[in-house]
Amino acid sequence: MTVQADPVTVDKAVEIERDARRRDVRMRWLLSAPALTIITLFAAGPLLIVLVYSFLTPGNYGNVKWIFSIDAWTNVVVQRDIFDNTLQWADAHLSIFWRSLKLSIVTTILTAIFGIPTAYFIATRSAKTRNLWLFLITIPFWTNLLVRTIAVQELIRTEGVINNVLRMLHIIDTPIQMMFTDFAIGFGMTYVYLPLMVLPVYASIEKLDFRLVEAGYDLYASRWTCFRRIILPLVKPGMIAGSILVFVPSLGAYVTPRVLGGGKNLMFGNLIELQFGQGRNWPLGAALSISLMVLVMVALIYYTRISSGGDKQNG
Amino acid sequence: MIEIRNITKVFGAGEHAVTALQEINVNIAENEFFTLLGPSGCGKTTLLRLIAGFEHPSTGSMLLAGEDISLLPPNKRPVNTVFQNYALFPHMTVAGNIAFGLEMLGRPKAEVAETVDRMLRLVRMEELKNRQTSEISGGQQQRVALARALAPQPKVLLLDEPLSALDLKLRKEMQIELKRLQSETGITFVFVTHDQEEALTMSDRIAVMNAGRIHQIGSPRQIYDHPENRFVANFIGDSNFLNAKLGNIKDDQAELEFAAGRKVTVPLHRADLSDGEVSVLIRPEHVSIAEPTGNSHELTGVIENIVYFGTDTHYHLKLASGEAFMARLQNNPSEAEKRAAGDKVAVLMDAKAIQILRD
Repeated sequence: MTVQADPVTVDKAVEIERDARRRDVRMRWLLSAPALTIITLFAAGPLLIVLVYSFLTPGNYGNVKWIFSIDAWTNVVVQRDIFDNTLQWADAHLSIFWRSLKLSIVTTILTAIFGIPTAYFIATRSAKTRNLWLFLITIPFWTNLLVRTIAVQELIRTEGVINNVLRMLHIIDTPIQMMFTDFAIGFGMTYVYLPLMVLPVYASIEKLDFRLVEAGYDLYASRWTCFRRIILPLVKPGMIAGSILVFVPSLGAYVTPRVLGGGKNLMFGNLIELQFGQGRNWPLGAALSISLMVLVMVALIYYTRISSGGDKQNG
Repeated sequence: MIEIRNITKVFGAGEHAVTALQEINVNIAENEFFTLLGPSGCGKTTLLRLIAGFEHPSTGSMLLAGEDISLLPPNKRPVNTVFQNYALFPHMTVAGNIAFGLEMLGRPKAEVAETVDRMLRLVRMEELKNRQTSEISGGQQQRVALARALAPQPKVLLLDEPLSALDLKLRKEMQIELKRLQSETGITFVFVTHDQEEALTMSDRIAVMNAGRIHQIGSPRQIYDHPENRFVANFIGDSNFLNAKLGNIKDDQAELEFAAGRKVTVPLHRADLSDGEVSVLIRPEHVSIAEPTGNSHELTGVIENIVYFGTDTHYHLKLASGEAFMARLQNNPSEAEKRAAGDKVAVLMDAKAIQILRD
């Protein structure tokens, strides 16, 4: 026995279903409204303002004049000679780009060199002492960044702890100039960002099944080979996360280079700050900010590509 | 092949010291399937880890093919392990896992590739060569773990409860598979398990362990039929323990009087027995039951409970002495249920079915 569907009922069913779907869509929008509001207000909105400002003309006392101009963007990479009006590479900007990139990479490598063994050490302690060590690692986070940076200054300045100790031990006669150098910035940033490397690496080492290391050891691998062939590939995700967490803020670091690098060793963050402050060139500051963002994004895409490419070779 | 001499292993020190192994002496022969059987915590895994080199003995020594290996690290011993959880490298493919040991030994690339293929054929996993280990089932992971451990052609293969994570059907399959691999490769297998059936079906010899000591070493049949003591008898198979009095020992025979009545002459398998109270082991499947004839020498009891198992039926009896006794009789279609709880029956057995224990 077959049931003949009444065309009227079928139409009605279709309509009911369409209604339900419409209500569903409406509900979904309603539920995501808070998240969308926050994203618009605090992420997309400000970014849009920065983008708009970068195409305007600087005002005389900061702020902007609402006149369209691409000067700010050209000024990021080139500058007009004030005497003969020719275009030249903006050497100052480029060298600051380069220094920022270089110091950020060095910082990332240094935090990895110090952070990975630290994370390994903590992850292999007993559960109770592990928490104590993690606590110690995170304590600096609760202290103001400026205070921590000044503490580093106390260590490395001419009359600082390091120089005094070295002199007392008669290793050096005249104090080593460490303040206001790239070394100072690198040292300070490594110290400041170290926890950002230690924590994600710790998390991935803690998850590591040490029986795998035993299996490697059983299969004729030396301890070093076990580390290289088994531990390293398995904690790589943590190392990538840590590197990104260190690299990105390093590139835009502002306080540490300012305090430890003095006025002459500018980094990207300081350059941007300069445009919004003394420079009174908000459009250029805006253009530089966006350049930094693009630089970070390019670096991240490149980095994730080379690190996931390495994965495949491992198989 | 392996000589374990007087090995004791103590973990910790002072008050917290735990003796995991006590005066272990074992000789494992070449090409033998040797099983360490015991309840969890008996020290069998510790003994395996000692052979693998993950632990070193507190006292005593270990020889492999005549060479003292007690203090060699795991990567210097021609011994490989199949771990309980397989411990496959999750970042490598099936082939990468199998090749690992060979690469570490510095074998040429062509040889590695050739051996990996041979191992894949041996464990019948050719199609899954390039899969990630997370993409294959538990039984397949088990095979990869076996292939990985066999690939470097170790002198000894250690297996730490490798079948415990598999379901029953797969476990039966792998038991046969393991036996096949052992005879095909000619490698000495040292197998750890707490499953007595697994131990009985697969092993050439079994060492029954408890509380850090070896209680008995022997072939499955020796262990099952002539257990040294109550622990071994209890651990392997179902057992009835009865109290009896031994007397009149003459050569290899003696007279045994059960607390539940009946006096029999039994053959003796051991020389270290003397007159007096003893414990006697009778396996449930070595007896049958019948109508009592009223003979005073008969062992009689009342059926308390009947449990039907398909292939056989368990009769739980209470003997005249109050002792519990279980008889396991095979079912056959011509014999329908003719007994019921409350029936009085006689227990019939051959004198050879009676094992006298030393306790």
